[in-house]
Amino acid sequence: MADNGYEGAHGAEGGGLEFHPMDQFIVKPLFGGDAIHWYTPTNVTLWLFVAILAVTALMVLATSKRAVVPGRGQSIAEMAYGFVYKMVEDVTGKDGIVYFPYIMTLFMFILAANFLGLLPMAFTTTSHIAVTAVMGFGVFFAVTILGFVKNGASFLSLFWVEAAPLPLRPILALIELISYFVRPVSHSIRLAGNMMAGHAVLKVFAGFAQVAAIAPIAILGVVAIYGLELLVAFIQAYVFTILTCVYLKDALHPHH
Amino acid sequence: MEGDIAQLGQFVGAGLAAIGSGAAAIGVGHVAGNFLAGALRNPSAAAGQTATLFIGIAFAEALGIFAFLVALLLMFAV
Amino acid sequence: MATDTHGAAESAAGMPQLEFGTFPNQIFWLVLALIAIYFILSRIALPRIAAILAERQGTITNAIANAEDLKAKAAEAEESYNKALADARAEAQAIAAEARAQIQADLDVAIAKADAEIAAKSAESEKAISAIRASAVESVREVSVETAQDIVGAFGGKTDAKAIASAVADRMKG
Repeated sequence: MADNGYEGAHGAEGGGLEFHPMDQFIVKPLFGGDAIHWYTPTNVTLWLFVAILAVTALMVLATSKRAVVPGRGQSIAEMAYGFVYKMVEDVTGKDGIVYFPYIMTLFMFILAANFLGLLPMAFTTTSHIAVTAVMGFGVFFAVTILGFVKNGASFLSLFWVEAAPLPLRPILALIELISYFVRPVSHSIRLAGNMMAGHAVLKVFAGFAQVAAIAPIAILGVVAIYGLELLVAFIQAYVFTILTCVYLKDALHPHH
Repeated sequence: MEGDIAQLGQFVGAGLAAIGSGAAAIGVGHVAGNFLAGALRNPSAAAGQTATLFIGIAFAEALGIFAFLVALLLMFAV
Repeated sequence: MATDTHGAAESAAGMPQLEFGTFPNQIFWLVLALIAIYFILSRIALPRIAAILAERQGTITNAIANAEDLKAKAAEAEESYNKALADARAEAQAIAAEARAQIQADLDVAIAKADAEIAAKSAESEKAISAIRASAVESVREVSVETAQDIVGAFGGKTDAKAIASAVADRMKG
C-alpha cells in the first residue's frame, strides 16, 4: 500500500477497496502552488486560525456581557477557567499560579484544535508531530530552565532519590535521567499519535463502507469511533495539560 | 498486493507491532480496574485521585501509541 | 519515501507527518497562533473571567451577609413579639384577677345585704305568724267556749261560763 500513491479519490475507482487514511494529514498550500515555504499559508494556517477564532469566541465574545448570572457560553468559559485553574493549583501548588496563563493557552489551543479536527473535512493540526513537538519541547525546555533558575544546582536533586537505599541511588538516578529526557518525546507523540490514530481509524472504517454488505456495520463503527474520539479529544488535552503541570511542579519543587 | 519480500516483511512487522496496541489496552484496563476496585473500597478518597488515574492511563496508553506508531512507520514511511 | 521535501499533495506518499519540508511552515504558524492565543487570553479573557468570578463571589458574600442580617432582625422581631405577648398575657391576667376580686367584693356585699333583708323579712314574718297563731288560738278558744256552752245548753245543762272557759283552757293545753 505504501506505493499506491494518493491520486485516487476516496472510492472504489480502482476496482478493489482503496484506503487513504493518511490523506487527511497532507499539508497543502491554500492558494495553489507546490512549494511550501515557511511563510506559505497552508491548511495548517487556516485551521490554526480557526482555532484562534474558536478560543476567542468562547473566552472573549461569550463573556462580553460579564453577567453575574452566566449564560450558556459564559458558563462554559468559566468552567474551562475554573477547571484549569484548579488543576494548576492542585498539582503545582500556590506558587504555580503565576504560570496559569501559559498552561491555559496550551489547554485551550489543544482542546480547540482537537475538537475542530473532528469536523468533517477538517484538518487536525494537533495530529502533526511538528506541532505537538514544538509544544512538548517548549514545555520541556521552559520547565528545565525554570528549574535551574529557581533552584540552581539543587534542581539536580530531582534525579537523586533520597528515599531509596544508597546503593540503588545511582541506578535510579540513571533511570530518572532517561525518563526525564523521554518526557518531551512521549509528551508530544502521545498527543499526535492519539489524534492521528483516531482519525486514521475513522477513515479506515469509512473505507469499509465502500462495500455494500458491511456498510451498515462500518457506518455504526464510524459513529462509535467518533464518539470515542470526542472523549479522546478532551482527555488528551487534559492529559497534556496535567502532565505540563506535573513537570512544572518538578521544576518548582524538585525535592521528592 | 503483489510485491517483493521486503514489502511482505514490512506488512508482517506492522501487524506484529499492532499487537502492542492490544497490550496497551490490557494495561489501561488494569489501571482503570484497579482504580475502580480502590474507589469502591474507599469512595471518599476516589475523587481526589482522578487526576492520578488519568495520568496513569495516559502513561499506559502512550506505550501503545508507540507500538501503533511503529506500525504506521512500517506501513507508510519505510 | 518521506524525504521528499517541499512535497505537495500529489507527491506526498507515506506519512505526511514526516514530510520534514513542511516543518518550518507548521512551526512558524503554530508559534504565531500560540502567541496570539496567549495574548488574547492573558490580556482580555482571563482578567475578565477572574473579575466576573470575583464579582460573583462578592455578590454571594453580600447576599449571605444580608441574609444573616435579616435573619438576626427576624429573630429580634420574634423576641420582641414574644415579649409583648407575655406582657399582654400578664396584664390580662392581672385585669382578670382584679375584676374577679371586684366582682367577689360586690357579690359579698350583695349577699350580706340580701342575708340581712332575708333575716329581717323572716323575723317579721315570724312575728306575723306568731301573732296570727296567737289570734287563731284565741279564736279557737272563743269558738270552743261558745260551742261548748251551746252543746252544754243543748243537753239542758246549766251553763257556767267560768267552768266551761277553764275546761276549754285545760283541753287546749292538753
